[in-house]
Amino acid sequence: MSGFFKSSIGRKVAMALSAFFLMFFLLQHFAINILSVFSADAFNEVSHFMGTNPLIQYALQPVLIFGVVFHFVMGFVLELKNKKAQGMSYAKNNGAANSSWMSRNMIWSGVAILAFIILHFIDFWFPEINTKFIQGDWSGTMEGVEGFRYHEELTHKFHSHIRTIAYVVAFIFLMLHLLHGFTSAFQSMGSTAGRKKTLQNIGKAYSIIIPLGFIFIALYHHLKYVLS
Amino acid sequence: MATLDSKVPKGPIKDKWTDYKNKINLVNPANKRHIDVIVVGTGLAGGSAAATLAELGYNVKAFAYQDSPRRAHSIAAQGGINAAKNYQGDGDSTYRLFYDTVKGGDYRSREANVYRLAEVSANIIDQCVAQGVPFARDYGGLLDNRSFGGVLVSRTFYAKGQTGQQLLLGAYSAMNRQIARGKIEMFNRHEMLDVVIVDGKARGIIARNLITGEIERHSAHAVVVGSGGYGNVYFLSTNAMGSNATAAWKIHKKGAYFANPCYTQIHPTCIPRSGDYQSKLTLMSESLRNDGRIWVPKNIEDVTAIREGRKKPTDLSEDERDYYLERRYPAFGNLVPRDVASRAAKERCDAGYGVNATGEAVYLDFASAITRYGKEQAKIHNIENASKEKIYELGQAIVEAKYGNLFQMYEKIVDQNPYKTPMMIYPAVHYTMGGVWVDYNLMTTIPGCYCIGEANFSDHGANRLGASALMQGLADGYFVLPYTIGDYLSDDIRTGEIPTDTKEFDEAEKEVTDRINFFVNNKGTKSVDYFHKKLGKVMWNKAGMSRNAKGLEEAMSEIKAIREEFWKEVSVPGSSNEMNPELEKAGRVADFLELGELFAKDALMREESCGGHFREESAEESGPQKGEAKRNDKDFAFVAAWEYKGEPADAVLHKEELEFKDIELKQRSYK
Amino acid sequence: MNLTLKIWRQKDSKTKGQMVDYKVTDISEHMSFLEMMDVLNEQLVNSGEEPVAFDHDCREGICGMCSMYINGEAHGPDRGITTCQLHMRMFKDGDTITIEPFRAAAFPVIKDLVVDRMAFERIQQAGGYISVNTSGNTQDANSIPISKHAADEAMDAATCIGCGACVATCKNSSAMLFVGAKVSQYALLPQGQVEAADRVQNMVAQMDLEGFGNCTNTGACEVECPKGISLENIARMNRELMKANL
Repeated sequence: MSGFFKSSIGRKVAMALSAFFLMFFLLQHFAINILSVFSADAFNEVSHFMGTNPLIQYALQPVLIFGVVFHFVMGFVLELKNKKAQGMSYAKNNGAANSSWMSRNMIWSGVAILAFIILHFIDFWFPEINTKFIQGDWSGTMEGVEGFRYHEELTHKFHSHIRTIAYVVAFIFLMLHLLHGFTSAFQSMGSTAGRKKTLQNIGKAYSIIIPLGFIFIALYHHLKYVLS
Repeated sequence: MATLDSKVPKGPIKDKWTDYKNKINLVNPANKRHIDVIVVGTGLAGGSAAATLAELGYNVKAFAYQDSPRRAHSIAAQGGINAAKNYQGDGDSTYRLFYDTVKGGDYRSREANVYRLAEVSANIIDQCVAQGVPFARDYGGLLDNRSFGGVLVSRTFYAKGQTGQQLLLGAYSAMNRQIARGKIEMFNRHEMLDVVIVDGKARGIIARNLITGEIERHSAHAVVVGSGGYGNVYFLSTNAMGSNATAAWKIHKKGAYFANPCYTQIHPTCIPRSGDYQSKLTLMSESLRNDGRIWVPKNIEDVTAIREGRKKPTDLSEDERDYYLERRYPAFGNLVPRDVASRAAKERCDAGYGVNATGEAVYLDFASAITRYGKEQAKIHNIENASKEKIYELGQAIVEAKYGNLFQMYEKIVDQNPYKTPMMIYPAVHYTMGGVWVDYNLMTTIPGCYCIGEANFSDHGANRLGASALMQGLADGYFVLPYTIGDYLSDDIRTGEIPTDTKEFDEAEKEVTDRINFFVNNKGTKSVDYFHKKLGKVMWNKAGMSRNAKGLEEAMSEIKAIREEFWKEVSVPGSSNEMNPELEKAGRVADFLELGELFAKDALMREESCGGHFREESAEESGPQKGEAKRNDKDFAFVAAWEYKGEPADAVLHKEELEFKDIELKQRSYK
Repeated sequence: MNLTLKIWRQKDSKTKGQMVDYKVTDISEHMSFLEMMDVLNEQLVNSGEEPVAFDHDCREGICGMCSMYINGEAHGPDRGITTCQLHMRMFKDGDTITIEPFRAAAFPVIKDLVVDRMAFERIQQAGGYISVNTSGNTQDANSIPISKHAADEAMDAATCIGCGACVATCKNSSAMLFVGAKVSQYALLPQGQVEAADRVQNMVAQMDLEGFGNCTNTGACEVECPKGISLENIARMNRELMKANL
């Protein structure tokens, strides 16, 4: 089996498996974040549960981190191998004649998403780890804020124009990445379902709705602040 | 005059091959490891022979000029492969296949060889299925058959329109298995340039590495040539660009007799030439003639108008059209055999009725078939008072289902929609029945040198039936040669490896390098293609579909003149120690320039019409068959095997008399 | 029509190459692309220059020998055809046409537009066959019924002509479509299923060893394939490999 994951196909299968995991995570992440638009309390409750439940914090969180890191590292490893396989490049190449921009530029949409994740980690994840694991504060509260702190922290981040724009741009790249990645993952897993209309439509819906939803959340909080 | 020993075993025809196999000498498996065999050419014959010999335990060295054995031109065969399986229960048998093949060959093939071919044909299908060849199947999961080329049973197995490709890939996969085991050493992009004879036996070859230009010596205990036919002597043919006669011609020059060079098959349904730049011709399946009607305009004024674009073929009324096959052959109409259809098209075009700019095209019209099918469909679907357009639409769907891929291919090449306007077709050189003379063992007149597949002469007589070429190639390679070669090699178990540092190899290599050096150093003014095209024109005009003594005599002297000019004026750029396609072509054309003359000489000698060879002097003079081919069994029931004596014109004729014990000779009639 | 050709010229595998401009005149729209190249070469031979080396043989789209990258696409701008079936009517008078060899690290250039595709040979030698002796003593061809559907699908995979357009087109120079087609043909037939596990493992291992890239599922190979080999064959190969490893 270890031989399998060293083969070119095995690596693609591993990419697809981590992609499925990440797409599931994204869905879950979105479901929670959208709560912030409708109800600050509900958002806070769920966030606190997620942030303090030991199973999630000690079991699922490391898996998630591994999944994210693996998907990126493997993506770069494969890209390097592919570049090497390519040899000399063409003087004239008409890629648009036979494939979509998204499929040809997964590495670049991936790099954009990576840059976003770094920003995202600085914004949210590092402070969370610091509060909980270094300072040992698992209360979920903050000075000057009534109840839980999560909704306040979230909305605060979207005061900045630049950050909001960065988020919107990143989600557009995420959309492009998903538009190819969703069905591609099925193909890598050896399923022809990704080539059937139904799954292509589901893929399209997922790839557009989720990033648009995130954009909506970011703009909602930003405009709410700007207009108030 | 010497007589040739065909070594046909005694006994009744149906037992010959079995008895023979029971009695021949075998080589024990341990000894096979010490015996080397060279196979030149990796098409159906060469590829299957190489795989089988390696499997038996011989060390095989296989040579192909392409970059992979899978690219040999056997791959282009479309229709199918015959086998006397009688899966359809329509009365097929080994005898019937044998009979059809001999009769189809116009009684100019060797009975015993043909019977053996029919006998092993069923094994070929079993073998190929086991190898994973995806033959067409019916809904019950059993193998499907189609009927083909004017025989009365359905015995043709097929894989869509790519039967040759699939069979070749089967043989190629068997080769790959042996290459992986190290039993075949594969030399891709290598061309055999001479055979080496030691003590009267073929013991090796000189080959050129086409990438580096290096001249290599390869020794073996036997040499097998399966290098295909020589149709490219006409320059334009349906053969691949690289198809050549060099290997066959080199062994001929070293002592192998060349048999019946004048037997050429000219296929009637090819896409016509569009101009002088044309490099090759494309064949469309013969099945088109089942529904297409062939015609040219009746009036020469209409021909001119069409050529000048003032009229379209669809403008001509029925009265203004000459359905010349239906007119001349009311019984068979558009379904006359290949040679008859081809000659009739040439006759009309020579009379000035050709319908395209080159004057070499006739129409193949599907309009009446479309209307006929359309009316039928309208009835089936209960459409009353269907409009003309509706009928046409319904009919077109049927024609599309039957011939869609061919129509599409035609449209890609010609840029005309054959549903709207008639197709244009013209005959083209397709296959050569003649070739290196071999005995029952497939051995040439050089001991230890064998010749298989289209390169030999043995099974098709003067004309080949459809779907028989694939059968012959695989029969020779899988099932015949591997037995017969053992009989010869059993004497070689103590010989040991053949050294290549002997004077015979020195001499052969010197001959080859001298010729190459001549080409690259010659300060000529004309390209190789110039000469090849010139040769092709002479061959086509004077030794083409119909031949006469005067034309053939002229052809001989004209070809000789072209050859002399070639050796003075040919220009080959580049050097010998690199990849040099012009140099490769020069060598091949030099050989064609000799073969072409022998071809004409053979055609001149054969003062009868048989199969693909039509002599204008030998036609029926009266009666209902007036103008049709007339065979002369009294004087010409023999194989003409030519011995090389320097100039092609000096070649010496040896006759192998043909005896027909199991079949009665009859004249063909299609009126 | 009159055309400007930008053609890759390279003396041999060791020498560096470059694009060279040529002019051809009076090209008929009925010519095939390779006949246009013949005209150029005749022109070069007559002026004592070395003609452009390119692979070609059957000129009817079946042998898989021809292999040019024309205006940024394998086998040129038309679909479902090889270069030899491409006709000049796809171009306009005055066009500039860029002609390059198939590029991939695993397909080194031999000369000009000729590339070395021996990697494909080695992949097939690694397992592209059914281990049956060619003795003819096999069972009767009709003894194993094969469903028409499976036979047709195997045939579709088997129509691959091994030209290498998939590799040339792929931004990763991946050979998955080629290998997928080969693996599929045998995996779909009962005769081939006996050795299916070993076959797919060996062929994929050889493919990786040859230095072909990975599959990003862009689908470009399927679009450019002259024989319309489907991406489903890649999915099938992936399945076969997973199955072989479980």
